[in-house]
Amino acid sequence: MSNGTPSARKLTIARAMAEAIAQEMRTDPRVFVMGEDIAKLGGVFGNTRGLYEEFGAERVRDTPISETAFISAAAGAAADGMRPVVELMFVDFFGVCMDAIYNFMAKNTYFSGGSVRVPMVLMTATGGGYSDAGQHSQCLHGTFAHLPGMKVVAPSNAYDAKGLMTAAIRDDNPVIYLFHKGLQGMGWLGTEPASIVGVPEEAYTVPIGKAATVREGTDVTIVGITSGVHHALKAADLLADRGVSAEVIDLRSLVPLDRKHVIASVRKTGRLIVVDEDYQSYGMTGEIMATVVEHDVSMLKATPKRVGYPDIPIPYSRPMEEFALPNPAKIVAAYESMAALAGRGA
Amino acid sequence: MLPTREQKLWMYERMVASRYFEDTIEAIYLEGKTPVFNMASGPIPGEMHLSKGQEPCAAGVCIHLKPTDVVTSTHRAHHVAIAKGVDLDKMAAEIFGKGDGLSGGRGGHMHLFDPAVNFSCSGIIGQSVGPAVGAALSRKLQSKDGVAVAYLGEGAANQGAFHEALNLAAIWKLPVIFVIEDNSWAISVPKSASTPVEHNDVRAIGYGIPGHYVANNDVLQVFKVAGQAIERARNGEGPSLIEIETLRLSGHFMGDAQQYRPKEELEMLAARDPIPAYRGYLTTVDALTPQEDAEIVTRARKRVDDAIAFARRSPYPEPAAALDKVFV
Repeated sequence: MSNGTPSARKLTIARAMAEAIAQEMRTDPRVFVMGEDIAKLGGVFGNTRGLYEEFGAERVRDTPISETAFISAAAGAAADGMRPVVELMFVDFFGVCMDAIYNFMAKNTYFSGGSVRVPMVLMTATGGGYSDAGQHSQCLHGTFAHLPGMKVVAPSNAYDAKGLMTAAIRDDNPVIYLFHKGLQGMGWLGTEPASIVGVPEEAYTVPIGKAATVREGTDVTIVGITSGVHHALKAADLLADRGVSAEVIDLRSLVPLDRKHVIASVRKTGRLIVVDEDYQSYGMTGEIMATVVEHDVSMLKATPKRVGYPDIPIPYSRPMEEFALPNPAKIVAAYESMAALAGRGA
Repeated sequence: MLPTREQKLWMYERMVASRYFEDTIEAIYLEGKTPVFNMASGPIPGEMHLSKGQEPCAAGVCIHLKPTDVVTSTHRAHHVAIAKGVDLDKMAAEIFGKGDGLSGGRGGHMHLFDPAVNFSCSGIIGQSVGPAVGAALSRKLQSKDGVAVAYLGEGAANQGAFHEALNLAAIWKLPVIFVIEDNSWAISVPKSASTPVEHNDVRAIGYGIPGHYVANNDVLQVFKVAGQAIERARNGEGPSLIEIETLRLSGHFMGDAQQYRPKEELEMLAARDPIPAYRGYLTTVDALTPQEDAEIVTRARKRVDDAIAFARRSPYPEPAAALDKVFV
């Protein structure tokens, strides 16, 4: 998966995130955590479990339901020399605090000509698939990646989750850390088993802005992030049964975007499918396709395809949500439509 | 708590410097904007929010602050920046959009950052109070000396961010002081039409913290009240809220014809100007002599003139430098 030490100890993404934060808190007194229900409860999604017991209420601070205040306070504390890790419980709640995020956290470095640093991590839960409807199930990858001044990472497995968290805390810039609820490993929330992988005990970083090839192939490149990676890996198995060799790329970071990695893969395979659980229009899928096309359209042997979320609010009812979400079958169908077009000489 | 004569003159000099700075900026802002007023033209483009009339709010608070203390301010921040000791050369150059500006021209007059004196301001109403609360939290967590002061206008006291910030500062007992500059006007909307209480100091009650009200733009009263609040914060006793009745001598921004403002109020502005009133007080009570006054005024003006000359001399930034400093 990545270039760390192989480890027999498997962790969930939630455990891996908490471990990374704890290790940084042990070595760096500037690191502290705040958010709603992150102390005694250990985070609604488990990613701060154990921190309150080890570090106490000063450094692991439950906040009032007051996202504007505590996220803008994090920006102020970061500018004053601290390294806050703050949690926005669901990414969908960004509506009540976006000014703190994109007008302060993301712009103060630029507006100060680089003399003010804002080293903070804003971690927030994304993703649907469990009938929580459209105010608790969004991904919003494109929303955050679109706005300049903040790095954006989103792990698909526990190894990357720990390494990206460590890298995010150590980064001198603000980092949005998106974790998908369906990969988190919470007992009460269905979990993708492939997200639970070996995680070294010692601290390590996964570089921000570097994609990973998680499966090598020669016929088509499937690019995804978080849940999209797992759909892509399953689709690659289905395609392999049909004699098609798919390469799967996990972007891991949306900002900076590892465009070179995608281009190199498409140069090899000549075909591109982009998978994203975020709304399709004006988002990651279009950005990846534009990256390839702008670079060298002649690399492509077939029209690129995307499997995104339709431009609709996320519905509650199970059959409606399942209809809208990306899945492996949709990726296989995208490949088949690509092949059909090529067969027609289009 | 009464200021010494020396402190009184310190405040006077900052007020005079600030006023002269704004007068100068006002004149330069109009260069290249006649006969047709176009905000994008001239050596100082963009919106310009002058702080004339609000000088007591800056001088009376910042006299109690050290460079290590944190101040966040608003879109109308020149007076506070000057009282806090922001590098005036770099500040003027920033306002001119020049390469030697505080941010090399990326921020402009609404986004001034001087980490050397822990000053910043923002163009988003009410939102700069949260970062001050965070700076105060940072000082508490690091057991580091220092308080934070968040400036806002009376219009911003109806923003959710203000109330959330007060609440957070109060429950965590943070060393932060919220200073509301009540100039009665949120662009064209009078306070009476936006605010259900006569004075915002009473809103402190809802958060269990002290609230103070200063009437008549009185710098000596600001000095007294701010001194108490800042001392309280330094002693670890938590936040305070201060509302100061002040005065917007100019329009909301330059080019604002202010037709919404009653004629009688506009006619009374000069009589309510805090600087001549304070000069009169100093002359009467503290025996400020004409010679001493002239020295102060000359010194203040020279400092401003030097800064403006520096700004004019400074080259424009390389256009492509716009791509830098997004990340460090």
